Amino acid sequence: MSLYREEAVVLRTHKLGEADRIVVLMTGGRGKVRAVAKGIRKTKSRFGGRLEPPGHVSLLLYEGRNLDVISQAETVDHHRPIREDLDRMTDALALVEAVDQVAQEGETNPPLFKMLTGALRVLGEWDPRPALLVGAFYWKLLALEGVAPVVDGCVRCGAPDTVSFDPVEGGTLCREHRRGTPVEGETLRLIQRILGGQLAAALGEPPGPTVSTVSHLATSTLEAHLERRLRTLHLMREVPGPGLRFTNLA
Amino acid sequence: MYANAVQELIDELGRLPGIGPKSAQRIAFHLLKLAPEDALRLARSITVAKERVSWCRRCFNIAESAAGGVSPDDPVECEICRDSRRDGTVVCVVEEPRDVVAVEKTREFRGRYHVLQGAISPIDGVGPDKLRIRELLARLDPEGITEVILCTNPNIEGDATALYLSKLLKDLPLQVTRIASGLPVGGDLEYADEVTLGRALEGRRAVGE
Ligand SMILES: [Zn+2]
Ligand SMILES: [Zn+2]
Repeated sequence: MSLYREEAVVLRTHKLGEADRIVVLMTGGRGKVRAVAKGIRKTKSRFGGRLEPPGHVSLLLYEGRNLDVISQAETVDHHRPIREDLDRMTDALALVEAVDQVAQEGETNPPLFKMLTGALRVLGEWDPRPALLVGAFYWKLLALEGVAPVVDGCVRCGAPDTVSFDPVEGGTLCREHRRGTPVEGETLRLIQRILGGQLAAALGEPPGPTVSTVSHLATSTLEAHLERRLRTLHLMREVPGPGLRFTNLA
Repeated sequence: MYANAVQELIDELGRLPGIGPKSAQRIAFHLLKLAPEDALRLARSITVAKERVSWCRRCFNIAESAAGGVSPDDPVECEICRDSRRDGTVVCVVEEPRDVVAVEKTREFRGRYHVLQGAISPIDGVGPDKLRIRELLARLDPEGITEVILCTNPNIEGDATALYLSKLLKDLPLQVTRIASGLPVGGDLEYADEVTLGRALEGRRAVGE
């Protein structure tokens, strides 16, 4: 039985048996790990609320036959502001959902871990909440996956003047090849800033139509890449049903 | 592997929450060893419960009709909604019927309930739309509700649900409160996590009067 220590972000959990939970973690050194937290659903569990998404924790685990077992958990950052604001919480859940989809068990991915902890820190600390955070994170995630979008010319022919963006093609298109969503120069410039080393400045963009478009395109492009829908943003922001719609949600 | 009837029983038991294939097998063989009248009593209690129990049409708690079953055209109300001594202006919003039982056991609450039948968990595909939120909104005005107590679980899903509801209710002429969460009585302070301890400190109260 070998023990190891890892820093991790809790991506999600599900119940196991009577009192346990399986905790899906993004670790700094071992990529995505599924581990068991024994007795965590009992009121007096020593884990308490530490192992809930999107908690950043330092763990002592031992390797099990099927699943690893969490022996100790200490909090690195419990993200209290995220737990107390619906928009921040929705953003945090959208981040961990995407990481859970992208990360593979048995594949280390330290840059992804670093990106996730960085994004959560911004989400917990910046005031006002950066409206572009999730969108920017998704674009960076695509770049990290090696499928950065082409935004400096037509993805088909390379022509410099482009008029639309297609999530499936993964880039902008010229008048001749156009399909997808029509986009304006401002939208493309914001995506270029996110991908081109001006992330912090881009995150300072106030909410507005450009930020919304850039975020929507990021979500659709990541969904096209993953070949599945990302649930959090759709369930929490788009159509909560007649009579339940928030007019003030982005 | 087993005779059809046995396999069917194992499969049915295996669909129950928290029952894995091994437990399903163990329970199935236990049932087969029971005296016929004991096994039939279990089967009958399932049938009777399914006939008599439905969701309260007002609060979505468990509601039981006297006998003869529930007809879909005549939905029933739970005991608490039928009790005229309860304070109808205060509603305690909980996730599941078992939470009603837990709050009732405290004997601290004399209002009524609203059972959401779940909590927001986007990753499991449960958005606000899947909960009995619309039904809660529909009760507020006709029942003259003036206070809503959000009594969801102190975990991420419960917090998300409470935040969602408080945002939804914020512009209405209502008092909206969230139950304080704190340390379990009988637990050790040193084991408390930071979120729990932080909230417990916030909800502290004067002692010694
Ligand atoms: Zn072209
Ligand atoms: Zn009722």
